Amino acid sequence: MGLALAAFALQGVFAAPRSLVLPLGLPDLPFHARIDALSCFFLLLLGAVAAGVSLFASGYLRPGEGTSPGLQCLYYHVFLASMALVLIADDAYFFMVAWETMALASFFLVTSDHRHAEIRRAGYLYLLIAHIGALSILLCFGALQAGTGDYTFDNMRELQPGAEVATAAFLLALVGFGAKAGIVPLHVWLPEAHPAAPSPVSALMSAVMLKTAVYGMLRVTLDLIAFPLWWWGVIALVLGLVSALGGIIFAAVQTDMKRLLAYSSIENIGLIFAAFGLVLIFRGFGMGTLAALALTAMLYHCLNHAFFKALLFLCTGSVLHATRERSLGKLGGLIHRMPWVAWCALIGSIAIAGLPPLNGFVSEWLLLQAFLLTPGLPQAYLNMLVPVAAAVVALTAALSGYVMVKFYGVVFLGQPREAKLAEARDAGTWERIGLAWLAAMCIVLGLVPATVIGLLDPITRALTGHGMASLAQGWLFLAPLQPERASYSPLLFFAVTALLVALTWLAVRVFYHGRARRAAAWDCGFPRQNARMQDSAEGFGQPVRHVFEPFFRVEQHAPAPTDPRPAYSETHEDRLWYWLYLPVARGVERLTGLVTFLQRGRISVYLTYSFATLLVLLLFVG
Amino acid sequence: MTSIPGLVAQFAVLALAVLLAPMLTGWVNQCRAWLQNRSGPGLLQPYRVLTKLFSKEVVLAHNASPLFRGAPYLIFGCLALASAIVPKIGTDLPLNAAADAIALVGLLALARLFIALAGMDVGTAFGTLGARREMLVGFLAEPALLMVLFTASLISGSTSLATIVEVLAHREFVIYPSLAFAGVAFTMVSLAENARIPVDNPATHLELTMIHEAMVLEYSGRHLALIEWAASLKLFVYSCIGLALFFPFGIAERGDWIGLLLALPVLGLKLAIGGFFLALIETLSAKMRIFRAPEFLATAFLLAVLAMLLHVLLGG
Repeated sequence: MGLALAAFALQGVFAAPRSLVLPLGLPDLPFHARIDALSCFFLLLLGAVAAGVSLFASGYLRPGEGTSPGLQCLYYHVFLASMALVLIADDAYFFMVAWETMALASFFLVTSDHRHAEIRRAGYLYLLIAHIGALSILLCFGALQAGTGDYTFDNMRELQPGAEVATAAFLLALVGFGAKAGIVPLHVWLPEAHPAAPSPVSALMSAVMLKTAVYGMLRVTLDLIAFPLWWWGVIALVLGLVSALGGIIFAAVQTDMKRLLAYSSIENIGLIFAAFGLVLIFRGFGMGTLAALALTAMLYHCLNHAFFKALLFLCTGSVLHATRERSLGKLGGLIHRMPWVAWCALIGSIAIAGLPPLNGFVSEWLLLQAFLLTPGLPQAYLNMLVPVAAAVVALTAALSGYVMVKFYGVVFLGQPREAKLAEARDAGTWERIGLAWLAAMCIVLGLVPATVIGLLDPITRALTGHGMASLAQGWLFLAPLQPERASYSPLLFFAVTALLVALTWLAVRVFYHGRARRAAAWDCGFPRQNARMQDSAEGFGQPVRHVFEPFFRVEQHAPAPTDPRPAYSETHEDRLWYWLYLPVARGVERLTGLVTFLQRGRISVYLTYSFATLLVLLLFVG
Repeated sequence: MTSIPGLVAQFAVLALAVLLAPMLTGWVNQCRAWLQNRSGPGLLQPYRVLTKLFSKEVVLAHNASPLFRGAPYLIFGCLALASAIVPKIGTDLPLNAAADAIALVGLLALARLFIALAGMDVGTAFGTLGARREMLVGFLAEPALLMVLFTASLISGSTSLATIVEVLAHREFVIYPSLAFAGVAFTMVSLAENARIPVDNPATHLELTMIHEAMVLEYSGRHLALIEWAASLKLFVYSCIGLALFFPFGIAERGDWIGLLLALPVLGLKLAIGGFFLALIETLSAKMRIFRAPEFLATAFLLAVLAMLLHVLLGG
């Protein structure tokens, strides 16, 4: 785990943008590597998050859970290294090699507990979609090199592709990187693969691997193509919003805590893509300052999501180890047994719900500001889209509050729903340090956004031509454009709230008293209260299911009134699975059915095929 | 901006808001009593209740966690800050730059999150039921409120509450159709958020209909007092947001000290009239079934979005 330190040292690299161009040797095709402001930012993210996750993992991975810890450790480090290589790659070959290594390493990590059939199935689905994505990215690079045969990014930067080629490349990149990021409709692998993996791996996948896809998207559209068309932005915006809303609605009805977080990742990636859409729209219309604002919101949200999602996944890991239980319906009351994890999870939950003064609020604030500044676009229809989009973002943010109350309330508060929870132990030392580091970063990123945005300045300058240094009015205030338009000072905000809380507490103690007595909870006159009378996870999600009924494909089994042993079950499925995936799978099966007659299983027949092929080829060559 | 008189004024406004907020609740209850042909307990009843609760001992459930004990202070702190941020009598106060309309909504959401978590903490059936319903109301009401504020900020080109009020108060008298829609949406949202009658009933402990009261059922003594006080503050904050957006007349501008003195009685008058109308709505309407609440709030949300669209379409 010494890697944690090395990864952390990358923070220093940030100070020197655009520093290295080093060709590494390989037969005929040297690997080009380059570090500029954009890759530095994502390397920083990788390093800082991996430091926390690795500390946690050193106390977490233990024998007896499928793959042995030694082998897991190997995959883990290969995974980390390949993500770093993706970020510094400067030619398509190197990029694809690193990208595939990343996909394979994470596949082995996902299937590390391969004794269960559903985990193997999740791994298969993940591999399948990862490869469809990789193929699409490969084609995208193919389109960008425009027949020159030179696959370095430098060459692609110099070529100015025509509108059609650029559009094709953009769409291919959207499919490829969207599949990795988990954008609807290519998101189905995410809620399967993330819960299947060990928790530190889920944390890394959700926090960092999804961001490499965002990095790829930024690299291709804003660096390699450089001049995006505005309507690409509309596509990204709409897809992002659909993912955000769909993700959070599905998160609200989940009963498995890691699935819930996986769906919430889809939501956050959706918000990031929505911001990306705004960047493209503003950039397409040549509104540089606004593009820089939207890009800042986007990058800030990448950073935030990495920290709070890693934190929450690690917390679920601790809960999982302490209780051997992933289902929300069997947890409860863990704040008494695992206070350390519970308080860290509370910080993560507030941050992810986008509430001040923590970090989630800052990026949400920036994003909403970007939306509010949009009217003034030269397109009338686009102007009308914006209020609707802002409404969707606001709804998503409010729903994420709902989901986090459900998550936190059901897992950590209330009475324990099972007797075995009484034996739960708090996290070990290494795990605590990892959690504390991530929680602290959530707080710091929330309180000093002006400083962080100063760091983002070189990136926005490089990609949009406009800096955002003016956005930070000193270190205390955050104000896009002018302070009269809007300003926010989290530090002041936090200080005043803390002061008011402290004053209230003191005043109550001084003027009155601090007496308290413990007694049984009020039972409403019904003496046999038990833990099962609390809301289950299904129960807490019921209102959302009720309001957003058309989104789900619900199967309910309600018992008959006369049933002596009533059992109730309910499953929610994604309609897309039936609308898109199953028809495609059936189509593929039918197509392969058509060619099965070629396969006779006799070697003489196959030799005849080779002979015929050879003849045809010779015909062409001749 | 952060001059000494500014800080003093800010502190005075904060203290005044916190101290006088329960009186607004008392006034609404008194009006309701009059409308129902009762004589009513008087304006000062909320203060008597608060004093009684503060001097009582706290009874905690056996498995109440520290979160349960800390939440009332936090909720009270959040709402006190909210009451300081909303422009009431003047726009030139130092805290206005620290938080804008979005931060105000975030602050209210933070208070809601903590009260819902505290409701789930003891693990009784009512607590979780109340928390779930509160979040149900919240997830629809919060974006609706945000959209209402966005409509106003699109008109004034700013999300800073002070600037919004300045622009709205000193325009030539035009009726903005967008603001009319926003006004209806805002009324619906504030009824729901303050646990008022079409959605919740603050005066009942009838089991099946409770939202707010179910959530705070386990609280007693000083904790309950703080939560009740915070509820009064919330009503005050919402009333002030409504007045600032739709009736911003009489709020003093920057540096206008005489206006500041004059603004105080004007605010009192506006709050009194607003409180009377609230009591009137509550008396005239019947409580909805809980399953109807999402429809009611979705209507409010759509109206608010429509208000924004109208602004973009008509430019006003």
